Amino acid sequence: MARIKIPRKSTAIDMTAMCDVAFLLLTFFILTAKLRQEDPLKVDVPGASVKLNIPDVDMATITVGHDKVFFGVEGTDIRKALLEEMGKKYNIPFTPEETQKFMVTPTFGVPMNLMKQYLDLSADDKKKYVQPGIQVDTTTNSELFNWIYQARIVTKNLHNKELKFAIKGDSHEVYPKVGGIIDILQKQAVNRFSLITALNQSK
Amino acid sequence: MAELDTSGGGGKKGGKVRSKKASTRIDLTAMVDLAFLLITFFIMATTLAKPKAMETIWPDKTKKDVQLPVPESRTMTVLLGANHSIAWYIGPPGKTPPTVDNFGKNGIRKTLIENNKKIEATHAGKDNYMIVLVKPSDKATYKDFVSIMDELDITRIQSRAVVAITPPEIGMLKDSKLY
Repeated sequence: MARIKIPRKSTAIDMTAMCDVAFLLLTFFILTAKLRQEDPLKVDVPGASVKLNIPDVDMATITVGHDKVFFGVEGTDIRKALLEEMGKKYNIPFTPEETQKFMVTPTFGVPMNLMKQYLDLSADDKKKYVQPGIQVDTTTNSELFNWIYQARIVTKNLHNKELKFAIKGDSHEVYPKVGGIIDILQKQAVNRFSLITALNQSK
Repeated sequence: MAELDTSGGGGKKGGKVRSKKASTRIDLTAMVDLAFLLITFFIMATTLAKPKAMETIWPDKTKKDVQLPVPESRTMTVLLGANHSIAWYIGPPGKTPPTVDNFGKNGIRKTLIENNKKIEATHAGKDNYMIVLVKPSDKATYKDFVSIMDELDITRIQSRAVVAITPPEIGMLKDSKLY
């Protein structure tokens, strides 16, 4: 009796479709990617059950943590105009190169008198440099007050929109620190702002 | 590479030696590997989990004449003490001793719901909702503040205010050893 020969099948799989899918996904991720920005001030954001996303444009973030306050505003055009306005206010002329460097600094915590030195640092030195934070007090003439105020004016002039604010506070920061920032915003009649939280799924 | 030779190895029974036809199929395995590696990199390096934000609205401090009288019997005051502690009381300060509470499902959330029901039941009229005053002390952390605001959101208590803490209330916290 003759044995039935089972033809051996090829073990090669057609990879074409898989390759297509992989590259499609890759393209999608490259196009939607917004590179994770290294925060100069690392804060542990408190969790909450809110699911509202924060907007990407016309947005300023005030980071509070480790007894320091950092300020950041979205948009290179706004940052450029903002530095010019702040330079005028504090009588510090900034060179075009410095302005260029400021435009790519999304968040900073440097007082005005050190701003020039900070911007002149090389990229490597900037990473090593420990930013001391922006000066804050309860008066209406602190540096943070002016940053916020000028940023609002610049946004209104350039985009004709109200600048939105978000406070990114560290979980372990005592409340009065954040309360002081809220007071500064309230003094400028900014009564609507967000508190950045992480999504808390455990509750 | 990922292909086994399945030609059988036979066919050498004399005859002409023919040049083998080269296959037109390319091994895509390496390419797929690379593509997935890159995908992994982009997933890791980008911010997928965007931060969430809690919208807060605060009273306008520039207008001084819009203070509404708050009926004390409908007011629940929540004091935030040290070490994530809470103490609360209803009505004017000092009338009832504060109750110590904690964060979480069976803590302040339950209290807020129960007090809201109680106040709605004991008050007549349309305006019978509970008003919550949050008073963070100097030793409360920012996390406590966000948590209590979140609890108020969860229990849907709309009428709330953040008020500065007064010395008698700090005394209450001290009495309960929360300050």
